[in-house]
Parts: sequence; structure tokens; C-alpha cells
Amino acid sequence: MIRLSVLRLPSLRLSSLGLSGLRLPSGRPGLLPPAAAGEPWLMTVIAVLCFLACLAAVAASAADRAAHGWARQLGSEATVQVRPRVGETGDTAAARAAETLAGVDGVEEAAALSRKDAEDLLRPWLGDAVLPDLPLPHLVTVRLKADAPASAVTLSRALAAAGLDATVDDHSLWRGEVERSAALITTLAGAAFLATAFAAAAAIAYATRAGLAAGRGVIETLSLNGATDGRIAWLFQRRFALLAAGAGAIGALLAALLLGFLRFLGGSGGLSQALPIAWGDLLLLSPCPLLAATVALLAARFAAMQVLGSARGKG
Amino acid sequence: MPSSPASAVETTATPETVRLSGVGFGYAGAPDVLRDVNLILPRGSFHFLTGPSGAGKSSLLRLLTLAERPRKGTIRLFGADVTQIERRDIPAFRRRMGVVFQEFHLLDHLSAFENAALPLRLTHQREAAYAADVAEMLKWVGLGDRMDALPPALSGGEKQRLAIARAVITRPGLIVADEPTGSVDGVMAEKLLRLFQSLNRLGATVLIASHDQALAERSGARVLRLDRGRLAPTERAAA
Repeated sequence: MIRLSVLRLPSLRLSSLGLSGLRLPSGRPGLLPPAAAGEPWLMTVIAVLCFLACLAAVAASAADRAAHGWARQLGSEATVQVRPRVGETGDTAAARAAETLAGVDGVEEAAALSRKDAEDLLRPWLGDAVLPDLPLPHLVTVRLKADAPASAVTLSRALAAAGLDATVDDHSLWRGEVERSAALITTLAGAAFLATAFAAAAAIAYATRAGLAAGRGVIETLSLNGATDGRIAWLFQRRFALLAAGAGAIGALLAALLLGFLRFLGGSGGLSQALPIAWGDLLLLSPCPLLAATVALLAARFAAMQVLGSARGKG
Repeated sequence: MPSSPASAVETTATPETVRLSGVGFGYAGAPDVLRDVNLILPRGSFHFLTGPSGAGKSSLLRLLTLAERPRKGTIRLFGADVTQIERRDIPAFRRRMGVVFQEFHLLDHLSAFENAALPLRLTHQREAAYAADVAEMLKWVGLGDRMDALPPALSGGEKQRLAIARAVITRPGLIVADEPTGSVDGVMAEKLLRLFQSLNRLGATVLIASHDQALAERSGARVLRLDRGRLAPTERAAA
């Protein structure tokens, strides 16, 4: 750094300069020009993408929770269809099966489903007219112990030992379907989350390139004054990371408001049993600004270094 | 003087700040504007570079500032061969230079103070450490009351003085100036010349491209003359 006092220039009377009285500018403006005209639009786009990503993340979480709940519920129950032997009524056979199953280890409770209960279940679907003439299976509903549930094989053996002709359905088929459906929904929601993140990264990379093109003169000046490519890239990284963090916060806040409203409307069970929203889901939204800023940092770095690197050797 | 650049390019102690050997240069798709240029600027020397418009003065300065690469020949700066220098190594050399551009290259969104302090800021120095020096330099070039002004509000002469203040604020080892007095009056031109001479006396190598033959002659410096891309034999200006 030059010190004019060292130069001892004849025309410069340092003693009269009164350097202590010099006003030093406060605060330092950024080395890049103020935000370009398109940046508010970019912020809007990223906010919308973050909003969608937040919804996708909560949807994935809710679908996963619903699937696990259903699977747990299905896994804790079994249904037994009893076929009465000759000389035995269906109700008698069902009652005997229920009594047999109630004594099996891993069974919490077993109860024969009466014809009236079965008709009550079917009435909404079939109406009253056909129910009296409809042959209904004789069913036993079994509630299994949560910690050590009895298996379908164990139940079948107990029924066979009691001389009962019965079929045990432990709902494994349904449980598998539910789990597969939930996994699919979670995967799709995750893909939607990644797609929005990629779209945000692409928008930021495009904006970085546009910024580099528009600020060619500024970049040349910085470069000619000794700025490294990394320093120039960092200027863009910092700008877009801050922009993305702000947009991420806005998107997350809007998503939180919407989800909170839906949760409020839906009560403790959430708006839908298929996607039960919990208050805790809102915590999932909190990293959104940080994630958006990280995506912006990486995208801007990649784009800036690519553009600056293409000028390699030209200075 | 700034410390040695943290660069992969080794520099060696040499009595020459600049050495061009058989340098030819032309812009893409165009014929050579510099032909077989041989030039040595010893450390601590002071040269004027003159010649008619289109002679290649600005191109020669662009080569020295590593903004362009030669088609032929070699360029050595501070003892290091920079002919095929990697882009990542360029900033370290530029921090040892002070360059005054014909187009000024000021940042319009920064104040005069911030523009003058730019090279210091780019080396991560704290503002408190350099603020007084920058302010003093701006005062000296006559911009003491314009420190907060943005470049668009400055006259051509003020911009030129600001560009010079920025170029010399780091007390560089090599000062390259393209028409540094083209937009200022005679009094200020003499004053700026004295600034360059003072820095030269402190050890800086100075090369000034100028149309102002009279100023070159008054400076007492050696005068290099470029004509149609070729460097004429060195002569010393009349004192």
C-alpha cells in the first residue's frame, strides 16, 4: 500500500492534511452491481419451487405415516372364515372357533361376527333388500397381541386341532399392497422434491450466467485488479445464496400456513386418512431456507466457474 | 510493495521487470498488430511508449497485463515466464501491477473511495487498515471532496485521476498506464507525472503509453516508439 508520507512529495504537505479528521465511509457496498431487474422474478420462482418442495416433503412424510399406521393395524388383526361341519350351525362353529382362538398365545381377543354385525357391515353397499337371502360367511375377528402376535400358521393349527374347518386371513396380502402403495407415494413425492430442487438449481445457474454476461465489464475490472476466479464466483454465490435463502423462507412459510390451515380443518386425524398431517410435519419445513441456499451456492459456483473457466488463458 | 504472490509460478530475483522476446500478437481472425517486439524494462526504469493511433500501444499494454496471449515469442514478468500462464496464476501477477486503463474501468456502483480501494479490498485487507491511505491518495489527486461520488457523476478528468489513484494505491512493482493524462489539464498532468516519478524513485518500474510527446520529453524518461507494430530503437527524451 502506498504511503504518501513516504513519498515526501514537495507539493504534498502531510502535516496539514489532518488525517485524523478524515471521514471514513461506513459500511462497504457489494462488489457486484445492485440486483438486476430480473432477480425479484427469480426469487418468486424459487419461492414457488420451495413451496412445492415443502408440500412434496410433507406429503411423503404423511403417506409414509399413514401406510405404517394401516400396516400396523392390519398386522394386529386376523379374520377367520369358518365352515360348519354337518349337523353344526354356522354360528355354533364360529363361536367354537372364537373360543379356541382366544386361548392361543399371541391372541388378545377373538369374537365371532354375528349375522347381524355382518349385515350391518354390508348394508351400506348392498341395501336391505337382498341381505336376508344372501348367504354370508361365518367369520371370527381376531385381535392379536401387539408385542408378540400369533402367526397365521399357529392359528390354523389351533383350529385344526379343535376339529374346525377354517381359513385364516392374516391380512398380509393387503398389508403388502398398502406398504407398496405408500412406498410408491413416498418415492413420487421424493422425486417431486428432487425435481423442484433441480429446477431451482437450473434457474439459479441460468441467472448466474446471465449475471456474468451482463456484468462482463465489472468482472473484467475485478479480474484486472487481481481478483481470482474463485473470488468472483463467490460474489455470485453469496448473492444467489442469500436470495435463495429468502425465497426458501417465503416458500416454507407459505407451505406452513397452508398445511397448518389444513391440519386445523382436519382435526387430530388430519385432513384425510390417506395423508394425515401432523403439527410435527411443519418441522420438516424448517431446513428449507438452508437447503435452498446450499443448492444456490452449488449451482452458482458451478455456473460461474464454468463461464470464467471458458475464458482461461485470455485473462 | 506487496508480498510475493502466492502462486504456482516461480519468480526469480532479476534486474528486469519486463522482458519481451520476439513477440508477435494479433486479435482473433485479424493480422498481427505487433511484430517481433523485443523489449526490456529494467527494474526501476521509467519509459514512455509513444506512437500513432493503431500502432499497437494498447495491445502491448494488454499483453503486459496478461489480458491477451502473444501469437509468437515469450513474455517474462518479474523474472517469470508468463507466455502461457495458467488463468489461475494471473491474479498473483496482477496484484504486483498497477494498471491505468484508457477506458478507466471504474465500477459505476461504487464510490470513488471504494473504487480507489478496490485492489486492497480484493486482497482481503480491512477497511480500517487502508481507509486513511486511500483518503489521502484521493485528496492528493484532487478528489478529496469527491470520495462519495459515483463514477457517472465524475468528469472525464476526475475519472482518470481516480483510475490512477486505484492503480498506484498498492504501490505496485510495475505501473502500466494507457494515456493516463489524456483527460486532464496541463497542471494536473504535471502533477500526475510527478506521482509516477515518485513511485519510480521508490523502485517501481513505470511504462506510460501516451500521445503527449511534450509530456514524454519533459519527463526525461526513455521513449519507446511503436510504429505499425514494430518497436523503434530506444531513445532518451530531452530533459
